[in-house]
Amino acid sequence: MSATSQPPASQRTTDGPAQSSGPAGVKTGTAELVSWKAGIGLGLLAVLGVILFGFLANTKTAGFRIAEARDPNASTAAAWVTLVVALAAAAYLGYLWTNRRRTGAAVGRWIPATTVAAVVVLGLAALGVARVEKIALPSMALGWICSVLLLAMAAYACFLTLPHRRIPGWLGGVFAVVFLIGFMVWIVAGGRDAEPSISLGGLMAGAVTLAVPLVFGSLSGVLCERVGVVNIAIEGQLLLGAFSAAVVATVTGNVYLGLVSAAVAGGLVSLVLAVVSIKYLVNQIIVGVVLNVLISGLTSFLFSTLLTADPQHLNKPGRLEPVDIPFLVDIPVIGPILFRQSLVGYLMYVAVIVVYVGLFHTKWGLRVRAVGEHPQAADTVGINVNRTRFRNVLMGGAVAGIGGSFFTLVSVDAFSKDMSGGRGYIALAAMIFGRWNPIGAFLAALLFGFADNLQSIITIIGSPVPSQFMAMLPYALTVIAVAGLVGRSRPPAASGIPYVKG
Amino acid sequence: MSEKTTPEPAAQARKHATDPAGPPKAAQSPSGADAADAVLDTAESDVVLDAAGGQIPPSAVPAATQRRNLDGGASVLRQIFAGNAMVSVLSVLLAIVLGGILMAVTNPKVAATAGYFFALPGDLLTEVFRPYTALVQGSIFNWAGADLAAQLYPITETLTVATPLICAGLGVALAFRAGLFNIGAQGQIIFGALFGAYAGFAWHLPVGLHLVVVILAGLVGGAIWGGVVGLLKARTGAHEVIVTIMLNYIANFLLLFLLTTPAFQRRGSTNPISPFLDSSALFPGLLGPQFRLHAGFIVAILATAFVWWLLNRSTIGFEFRAVGANPSAARTAGINVSRSTIVVMAIAGALAGLAGIAQVSGTEKYLSGGVAASIGFDAITVALLGRSTPWGTFFAGLLFGAFRAGGVAMQAQTQTPIDIVLVIQSLIVLFIAAPPLVRAIFGLNPRKKKSTRGSTAASTAGGVKSGAAA
Repeated sequence: MSATSQPPASQRTTDGPAQSSGPAGVKTGTAELVSWKAGIGLGLLAVLGVILFGFLANTKTAGFRIAEARDPNASTAAAWVTLVVALAAAAYLGYLWTNRRRTGAAVGRWIPATTVAAVVVLGLAALGVARVEKIALPSMALGWICSVLLLAMAAYACFLTLPHRRIPGWLGGVFAVVFLIGFMVWIVAGGRDAEPSISLGGLMAGAVTLAVPLVFGSLSGVLCERVGVVNIAIEGQLLLGAFSAAVVATVTGNVYLGLVSAAVAGGLVSLVLAVVSIKYLVNQIIVGVVLNVLISGLTSFLFSTLLTADPQHLNKPGRLEPVDIPFLVDIPVIGPILFRQSLVGYLMYVAVIVVYVGLFHTKWGLRVRAVGEHPQAADTVGINVNRTRFRNVLMGGAVAGIGGSFFTLVSVDAFSKDMSGGRGYIALAAMIFGRWNPIGAFLAALLFGFADNLQSIITIIGSPVPSQFMAMLPYALTVIAVAGLVGRSRPPAASGIPYVKG
Repeated sequence: MSEKTTPEPAAQARKHATDPAGPPKAAQSPSGADAADAVLDTAESDVVLDAAGGQIPPSAVPAATQRRNLDGGASVLRQIFAGNAMVSVLSVLLAIVLGGILMAVTNPKVAATAGYFFALPGDLLTEVFRPYTALVQGSIFNWAGADLAAQLYPITETLTVATPLICAGLGVALAFRAGLFNIGAQGQIIFGALFGAYAGFAWHLPVGLHLVVVILAGLVGGAIWGGVVGLLKARTGAHEVIVTIMLNYIANFLLLFLLTTPAFQRRGSTNPISPFLDSSALFPGLLGPQFRLHAGFIVAILATAFVWWLLNRSTIGFEFRAVGANPSAARTAGINVSRSTIVVMAIAGALAGLAGIAQVSGTEKYLSGGVAASIGFDAITVALLGRSTPWGTFFAGLLFGAFRAGGVAMQAQTQTPIDIVLVIQSLIVLFIAAPPLVRAIFGLNPRKKKSTRGSTAASTAGGVKSGAAA
């Protein structure tokens, strides 16, 4: 059993160094100032890992249930098809990767990423085909294995830093994966039961669900910041979106109208942001903060006066039920996670792809980014800077508004005070974590959703770590990320600066 | 203040190099304008981009431009009406009117009385004004009170509520002046309260000394949490807005965690609350036991005076303002920008920590998860309303304290949710931040007629008119 679970991780750990260390070393062979920050950071984390996973480990086994994630009726055929497709994809990508490397052509960033994804899917499909119900891992043994690996990688990072060679990017990624595996095993094994276990599928599905509003919020942030407007008002956009979705859906009795009204409401908040900051040149951060307070006060006031007085007619929206995508939902483990979503969930995927393609592969995106990086240059070539900004900010608001509707139409079917609960700020963090890139923001939001869900799950099974520290994790991660341990991220150059023609 | 052995050349160089940033500011600014500069420059102060950098000289500040425009032959009357003070007053008025409309629309009784408005207009008007009357009664003077003490109780309540708002607001304002946007007052308050409360209930010291130790502990706590932000900003360039937001959450969870540990949790209690602070660790009451007003208010006044002195009379404060106005120029002038950033955030944190002390040692008397309430966020609006000047912040704190105190009475008397106060507060700040908007609403915009002159002057005035003219 444990052998079957390993492929994804071990695959990555073994093929990573073999394939990518060479050129990384060649590229940075020249003397260059490389800071010790990464080496020291990894070293500290490795020591933390050794203490937690090694010395503090217990003798229990950590169980990861897979059976629930798979629909009992799901056909094995789907698993087999997935297996074959994933195998083909992994093989083709691997071939492409090595081939390009050999011929010296540029390897796009997407090739390693998709290869890894294909390998993961392959592993999961194999689990599905083999009808694995549960993976049980001995925490002590695995904890020490992870500790040793972490220490080795930290040592390697220091070893590279010594002759001023840059630390390759994969090292951080592999380190993170090993740390995560060790952490998961340790924390699950620390549960109350004799044989503690958690449902892997439940964990992932919950993570995606919790991430939906974050993804929409961070996309809103990306749309605004890429055009040079700081959007702190995401929180307000989410909240007003949630409020208006609830009220409109109840009044009209149509959930889809609620969804549309949420987008309009988010756009409305953006309109104020745009008018005050672009037209009247008020500092964008100030407007954002003030708008958040305003929306919080406004919705709370209306909730206390109108909605609580007559919840039947004002605050009882229907639900957007989850819809299965045929066939795809049968893919083991990931199928139900990704392809059993509500309309809002599917819109999320669409939005991420549209924003990504729009920003980086269309004329419109080029203009938007030009305005965000160097508005004066954009102006000289005939782009109307402020109109572009206005339009993008409105679009961002609409996107965040749809994210807000998730609260009232999908997760809970009624509005309550301040129900966005600071997620707008986390979305902001996800955007920065994702380096102002829609895909990055999406992944960062997933990570936050994962941490959030993990926290609530291990509170149930009982854990060695106080739940407050688990809850703290995403925020601490963000601080570390922003402080540059993960890599320096650079905002669009003109972000936050009003443009005045002249 | 911190002039070292060779002050002469250094100070000289400093003066010269900051001059480029200096003159335009001096030319246009009565108090408000440079505060607004600091705020405006905040966002991406260290982005050195010629295009964008050239576009935000102080002339892009609305508060400043309006003044410049008026210089050319506008009448005195107009100057009064369109001046800063008038805009502030109009903003408050507008926000109150909008809040009133919101309350009237959502109040079923108003709808009922509106039915016979023409027969008995008085009824509708009393119904519309009732929440505001309750607000005034709850915050300034209760004319229905039985005796003088009861009549004066509301104003003391206002001062009590305003105390932490003023302290935290000063912290935010000080950071503004140095070009930093400190959203982290919430976390800094929590840390100040955490340290101060621990010193208050765990150590048993003699009367007098104990309170001093508690205050110092609170200052240190806040300074640590603020200093971390400054350190990260200075060393790694992390954006302080994000870092402070995240540190707020971290501080909150840390507080919740600590309140479940034996060191902080009250013995015999299952709730996450700390033991009561020793009576020697509490601020003494100012007007006797029937009022909640405590000596923390005096401390808040002293803190305001201190910040005024720091900003306007000390070398280090001059450095803060120089860094806030133009970090590159400040660096050229030999000011250590990194050190300034760290120090100003530490002081800002300490001021917020003082607000935490005002909570645990003044009103709450113990530590709980909600010790910081929403003071940290209100403090931002307080500082903005006060235009980041110490005394402006002080009076803004008083105003918001009155709103808070009165809001509670209003909710009790008229069942109007206190959330309306948030709406009014944020509207006030929004309007005050955008004077052209207010003047456009009241039809006071002087630019409409003079568009031709405006366009010629646009090049020098940064072209704000083209963007701002309604």
